[in-house]
Amino acid sequence: MSEPAVAPSATEIPREPVDWLPLALPAIVAVVALPLVGDPWTWLTLTIAGLAMGMIIFTVSSGLMLVFGLMDVLNFGHGAFIALGAYVGLSVLVPLTPWVEATSVLLNLAVFALALCAGVAVTGLVGFVFDRLLIQPVYGNHLKQILMTTGGLIIIEQLIRAIWGAETVSFNLPATLRGSWLLGESAVERYRVVALGIGCAVFAGLWLILTKTRIGLMVRAGVENREMLEAMGYRTRHLFVGVFVVGAMLAGLGGVMWGLYLQNFTAAIGAQINVLIFIVIIIGGLGSTTGCLIGALLVGLTTNYVGFAAPKIALFSNILIMLLVLLWRPQGLYKVVDR
Amino acid sequence: MTREPPGSSVILRLLSGDLPRSRLLTAILIAIVIGLVVVPFLVPGARSLNTSAKIMIFIALVASYDLLLGYTGIVSFAHTMFFGIGAYGVAIASSRMEPGWTALAVGSVLAVLLSTVLATIIGLFSLRVRAVFFAMITLAVATAFSTLMSQLSEWTGGEDGITFKMPYVLQPAFRLFEEPVLGVVINGRILTYYAIMIVVAVLFLLMLRIANSPFGRVLQAIRENSFRAEAIGFRTVLYRTFANVIAAVFATLAGILMAIWLRYNGPDTTLSLEIMVDILLITVLGGMGTLYGAIVGSALFMVAQTYLQDLMSFVSKTTEYIPVIGSIAHPDRWLLWLGLLFVLSIYYFPQGVVGSLRERFRGS
Repeated sequence: MSEPAVAPSATEIPREPVDWLPLALPAIVAVVALPLVGDPWTWLTLTIAGLAMGMIIFTVSSGLMLVFGLMDVLNFGHGAFIALGAYVGLSVLVPLTPWVEATSVLLNLAVFALALCAGVAVTGLVGFVFDRLLIQPVYGNHLKQILMTTGGLIIIEQLIRAIWGAETVSFNLPATLRGSWLLGESAVERYRVVALGIGCAVFAGLWLILTKTRIGLMVRAGVENREMLEAMGYRTRHLFVGVFVVGAMLAGLGGVMWGLYLQNFTAAIGAQINVLIFIVIIIGGLGSTTGCLIGALLVGLTTNYVGFAAPKIALFSNILIMLLVLLWRPQGLYKVVDR
Repeated sequence: MTREPPGSSVILRLLSGDLPRSRLLTAILIAIVIGLVVVPFLVPGARSLNTSAKIMIFIALVASYDLLLGYTGIVSFAHTMFFGIGAYGVAIASSRMEPGWTALAVGSVLAVLLSTVLATIIGLFSLRVRAVFFAMITLAVATAFSTLMSQLSEWTGGEDGITFKMPYVLQPAFRLFEEPVLGVVINGRILTYYAIMIVVAVLFLLMLRIANSPFGRVLQAIRENSFRAEAIGFRTVLYRTFANVIAAVFATLAGILMAIWLRYNGPDTTLSLEIMVDILLITVLGGMGTLYGAIVGSALFMVAQTYLQDLMSFVSKTTEYIPVIGSIAHPDRWLLWLGLLFVLSIYYFPQGVVGSLRERFRGS
């Protein structure tokens, strides 16, 4: 264990001299958007909304990115975990409406935390079963993985419809998190700031675990070269299961947040966000945490700017960004895995 | 392949030397084809005619998907998009222009061109690096496309879709003969049915030809080991992109047939996720990389769909009082069972019907 601890401990996920240009991309997009939006206060509102959306998307896509990077498994069922998280959050918040509506900040936050925990717990459990039943049997076969996990997505989505109903569901934010703060002339929704905070915490946590702990070291080593890790005597099998479950949990956490962000949604929420997170991890590069963050922020920001300035093309802005990034760097912003 | 009786060289050439290679499979295929031919006379009625027409169109659609999934080994989620482009091309042209052969031709040609361009762009962008990207990017593009189609409601009719007219010869009011033939009036519907049959047959034989050409062999080589294929000197990106374009064009043609048959097109008939799942399931169930699987799978699936949904509404009605079972068996949950069937067939039945039959033949 002494050898690997020496070299990588001081470096971050993207090795080599720090590649700063991708890091600056969200800022560049924000600056470019300023004259397009016009009013600086509106721009500030949009920017914060975009960053908040970006951090939620990062939370949901980081799990997929890790699983893809480490296990080389493209999980099309990831969106189902997100949908599941949102619905579990709903099931916690709706029966506890008195707590949600209570004026006490403590009760509000307690019910919010409870919803997050429930979402994480349920998706973690489902993720474990999902891995056992659908991922492990087709391990190492891309084609079958895509087919299997697509099947899993459909099954979970339909089960959600069977359990919670096919209609649009809606729920309220806890009272304390509703409304907005005024920052100069721009209104900043409170929940977005909270989401931004949670997203940053997730990123910081992931970053710390990946760079400062032994488990993180093994995960990163596995992403870079799985065979070598196995050759050194580690059981990647357990690592995979752990990473998959953590990925599902992150999806559940983000799912609760995403559900509260949208406030009303249907079971199709999973398939819809699947598209977004695929765009994010393609932009970010395979297996790169930083790339994933930048991709998520880019998607969040442009969705908000374009949605304000030209709602008609909002649909294609994300695909356009993805194509531009792929033209610039065919492997995505940061390439970690070379398979 | 060596077992074919002498004197069947015409058939052998028609099928590009790719015979079913199993007696039982041959029998099933012949039965399906004969069944499709005689349906209008044997089981007259709108429902059976509809199901048979849908089987034929799906044969073309699924076979084209098999060229991608089964022969080239890449997963596309944009196949319904190309299917939709064909159907919308005919639909929009026929509703905007004077309905007739010109509108049909203009719509079809424009649709095929659009599909070619789109498929080339998608292929070159996403197949450059990793084939896995392709699945993700096609999903994104297809989702954006179907949202676009429902937003451009002025042209596409939005969620409601568009109804339009076909050339007079293909309309139900048209009579080919004054007198009924074998008790059946040969109207425009039946004429359309047989026209679709001929087109599908030609398309299928063409795909069989492509799959068994040197080009098709390269695709299979790429499926088996793209690294080696590249090393031998084949530009895998170009081959994969070309395969994508071919599949897209055939899917567009299937979409055109769908529009001609239904004289209506909307998101649910050609673009929905459910159809994509249908295509995936039929391809896997029939047998990936066999093309014949498309025939067996489509026939099986369409018949099963018709009857299973009846069964499900029956079960759902009788179990209404049980909370979860009742809602799981509800006909709206049809997709749940499709998904389960899909996963189970990949797990236990990866070769599909055709693959299994061929294996048995080889074993005996």
